[in-house]
Amino acid sequence: MVRGVEDRVINGIVYTILFLAGLVAVFPLLYVVSVSLTPLSVVHKSGSFPIIPREITFSAYRTIWEYSGMVQAFGVTAMVTIVGTLLNMIITILLAYPLSRKKLPGRSSFLMMILITMLFSGGMVPTYLIVKSLGLLNTYWSLILPGLVGSFNVLIVKSFFEQLPEEIFESAKMDGAGEFRILAQMTVPLSTSVIATIGLFYAVGHWNDFFQAIMYITDRSMFPLQVVVREILMQSQQLENFEATTPAQTLKMAAVVMASLPVIVVYPFLQKYFTKGMLLGSIKG
Amino acid sequence: MATPVLEKPRKGMLKWDIGRRIWQYRVLYIMLLPGIVYYILFKYLPMYGVIISFKDFRIMEGIMASPWADPWNKHFLTFFESPYFYQLLRNTILISVYKLIFGIVPPILMAILLNECRVRWFKSLVQTLTYMPHFLSWVIIYGILIALLSQTSGLVNTWIKDMTGSTIPFLTSPTYFRSLLVTSEIWQNLGWGAIIYLAAMSGIDTTLYEAARVDGASRLRMIWHITLPGIRSVIVMLFILNLGHIMDAGFGQIYVLYNLQVYSVADIIDTWVFRTGLQQMNFSLASAVGLFKSVIGFVLVLASNRIAKKWGEGIW
Repeated sequence: MVRGVEDRVINGIVYTILFLAGLVAVFPLLYVVSVSLTPLSVVHKSGSFPIIPREITFSAYRTIWEYSGMVQAFGVTAMVTIVGTLLNMIITILLAYPLSRKKLPGRSSFLMMILITMLFSGGMVPTYLIVKSLGLLNTYWSLILPGLVGSFNVLIVKSFFEQLPEEIFESAKMDGAGEFRILAQMTVPLSTSVIATIGLFYAVGHWNDFFQAIMYITDRSMFPLQVVVREILMQSQQLENFEATTPAQTLKMAAVVMASLPVIVVYPFLQKYFTKGMLLGSIKG
Repeated sequence: MATPVLEKPRKGMLKWDIGRRIWQYRVLYIMLLPGIVYYILFKYLPMYGVIISFKDFRIMEGIMASPWADPWNKHFLTFFESPYFYQLLRNTILISVYKLIFGIVPPILMAILLNECRVRWFKSLVQTLTYMPHFLSWVIIYGILIALLSQTSGLVNTWIKDMTGSTIPFLTSPTYFRSLLVTSEIWQNLGWGAIIYLAAMSGIDTTLYEAARVDGASRLRMIWHITLPGIRSVIVMLFILNLGHIMDAGFGQIYVLYNLQVYSVADIIDTWVFRTGLQQMNFSLASAVGLFKSVIGFVLVLASNRIAKKWGEGIW
């Protein structure tokens, strides 16, 4: 009897706090959406941005969309994300596959070569100078090549490949299949989950990338999404003149919503892969 | 000791053998090639480029031709003797330590609550919602913070104004800025950080709970005596490993969120290196400071990994 009461109290506390945690996670985003839809008239009437506006307007989105930088930036980011992720995956898998072969002569030296870079780096300035001397400044390649391979991802894929049963590869080799064919037709199809996982991490990384762009790109027409959104956020009043009916804050939040929407929409469907990746990563670490 | 007569042909055999084995694996080496080229170009060349820390780098002359600094540690001395040395080091370590200390409990608590949650759909709903902030960029989070905290129209400041009549400059005040960094990071990683603890909890032997229930233990007691000890090793492990990254206070976050008014409390080594090196083109000095950080970071990571390993062996 006492136990039942205690159980119910604990359940009550657990569900309340979890509910609050969920609310804390989404409320700021919902509020941003709400601000992005609030017309100037409502702000004038109530003196501030209400949590739920009585009237809504999409004019901020139209203004932002027409503010040419944003459309352009969407294109840049989408392209870099697609091409970049593809290249990330190809090179990562091509590294992981040979390194998963325990008999490969020199394997440990190659692994050491990768491990060292996880412990020590030349730093921002020398890296910048190398990127510069390779002639990559102000090219889209500067957003892709300097971060082409994540060492951690190589190790994750490598250890996944190592767990695959060796016999099937042996028999494929007996049948005369070359390494590239074994990799493409057996190893990769058997590893879709881990490949999807690291692919997603690479893709999110590209979508959210800000620093490579501010380091390597000065040509404004080449700015990716995050850089343009930050510029919009940093502007104080100039944007207001775009359309007198939309407050500056509304325009800013419309930009925020537009830039985060793809991630937020796609994320719930892919959540299980992300979670898996987190665990794979922590086991290795 | 083998006789030299016997040793010589053996060595030759071995060499020939290795050559044949390498040839046998040639396709695999071809696969490695693009990755190796990447590592050499973008990881090892910059490591070589670090020598500009000991030179007076001139952009027209390049890394090789630029003259050596005189004395060799000129840029390090400049840094150590400068007023910002103490400030940068202090900010870097303080922000890291705050994040480490205040960031440790919330994900653990979150994991315990999720673990106690028996309603499946509710649990996965909360998980989906709380994992999401992890995938938002700092630029987006900066936007969210503006919506909530800006002095003119932020939600929180409207409330504060209604109550007290004045507003608080959360985003531009040195008083609040470090708390802002810590809180926003906790918000971003509350759910995500819980994943690893949840996984550790799922590894706890369920018969322990059953036995405790038979003995009449309450749920709180079970959390305290079974769940928490069950994840203790993971908690300590993560803490030690994070200690190794104390020099990384969160460049991405701070660069996006900070501003001139809060430099005194928010400027860390990385942000300073970025501004001095890439914006003011003071390459050698910035590179020296970066090297200073890299070396300390290297030692810390090695040490923390070693401790974690030793500690891990004791547990498992």
